[in-house]
Amino acid sequence: MTMNRISEKVTKSQIWRSIFRHRFSDTSRNRVLTVVSNFFLHVHPPKVHRTGLRITHTFCLGGLTFYMFIVEVVTGVLLMFYYRPTVEYAYLDMRLLEHSVKFGVVMRNLHRWAAHAMVILVMMHMLRVFLTGSYKPPREFNWVVGVVLLVLTLLLSFTGYLLPWDQLSFWAITVGTRMGGATPFLGADGPFHSVLGIRPDNDVRYLLLGDTAVGENALLRFYVLHCIFLPLAATVLMLVHFWRIRKDGGISHPL
Amino acid sequence: MGIEEKKLDDVYRDEYAFVLPDLVIKEAIAVIVASIGLLLWSMTVNAPLRSIADANKTENPAKAPWYFVGLQELLVYFDPWIAGVTVPTLIILGLMLIPYLDVSKSGVGTYRLRGRKAAASSFIFGFSMWIILILVGQFLRGPNWQFYWPWEDWSVAKSAEETLVNMSQWSGMGLLALYFGLGLTLPKLLYRKFLQKMGVARYVAAVTLVLLMYGVVVKIILRLAFNVRYILVTPWFNI
Repeated sequence: MTMNRISEKVTKSQIWRSIFRHRFSDTSRNRVLTVVSNFFLHVHPPKVHRTGLRITHTFCLGGLTFYMFIVEVVTGVLLMFYYRPTVEYAYLDMRLLEHSVKFGVVMRNLHRWAAHAMVILVMMHMLRVFLTGSYKPPREFNWVVGVVLLVLTLLLSFTGYLLPWDQLSFWAITVGTRMGGATPFLGADGPFHSVLGIRPDNDVRYLLLGDTAVGENALLRFYVLHCIFLPLAATVLMLVHFWRIRKDGGISHPL
Repeated sequence: MGIEEKKLDDVYRDEYAFVLPDLVIKEAIAVIVASIGLLLWSMTVNAPLRSIADANKTENPAKAPWYFVGLQELLVYFDPWIAGVTVPTLIILGLMLIPYLDVSKSGVGTYRLRGRKAAASSFIFGFSMWIILILVGQFLRGPNWQFYWPWEDWSVAKSAEETLVNMSQWSGMGLLALYFGLGLTLPKLLYRKFLQKMGVARYVAAVTLVLLMYGVVVKIILRLAFNVRYILVTPWFNI
């Protein structure tokens, strides 16, 4: 009785109606309006084909990959408050996170495991999109965007791997970037490197590390790539990816 | 009210469902389940943190992050410019080209693979290889990248030296020519429709990429069974 009164008062107020422009009584019109007039929900069309609703059709893999990205952004921003990307402080800050930051360990664990989960999920997502033939016309280009997103996901994970500045990260990145030095023509250890006058101090590996070995410059470069460049690039491509799903006819279903 | 209900009932029966609530509720459940799983994982297992980075103290084995360990595993069989650069580049390129090379229109929106056997088997083969190489590199490689079963002790050193042989110039070139020559012509001879449907450019690109993929396995087998180090040796690069 009084609850009804209060809720009526609230929903009829100017503030409420400035936010929600329609009623919530269960009519098909309102179901459509809720999706269309909500910024976050309007990635979705008002209605979707029932095939796409079956859990076994998508296993939510793409959506969960995106959710992992959101978890990474949130925990990543929190971690940035406690981390300095220099050889002097990076490892110390990791230890401080463990010992003097409340929930610091859980925060770091969340960031690490969500990153692994994101890589696994994006791989599985690609497998399911392949198996359901969802890359076929008219969805070809969105598959290409998806492949770039897969690569960006791996690079995001790889650049983050160096930041703790422990033995594991240092040697993993040393091993990983050594392969870059083997690039034909552009790497100092690669075939045909002398054609372009490539040396260890001007090859692609040097470009990536800012040095001939993993050190201060590499740490800073990986940090900036990890926190700014790659997340921005991934965000832009994700927007394109989601937009194209709609433009290419929604989640695939048999015709 | 009655009319509105009836309308709602009608739209319910078509093959399209309202996003709200039918889809949104499932997304919400997925997010909740994922969050619980992630939290439990994060509260029970700690992310690794070893001693501080030291350029003078080499880790043995020094492993790349697990998703790149498959490529590192390929280093056993190939020079770095192939395992670390050419293979990943071709994988990315090949993946991007799939929708433009696969001309079959069947199987959209369903897991049924009928009518797309060639495409599906190649993809599944490549995907499995990716997983297997990662698993071997991550769990079965010990110090000096020697092979260790999970129950074997890493502190027991394994003999590092095997005697590897290179194929002679002519047999190497012959093998490569035979492999790619047969590989490019056989599918056309066995399934005439292939070339017809795909056109020359698509056919050559698709078959070459698939041959390169199986070629990786061929090299692995040559190495494991016959101790072949290089199929082809040139002054500039070795394959």
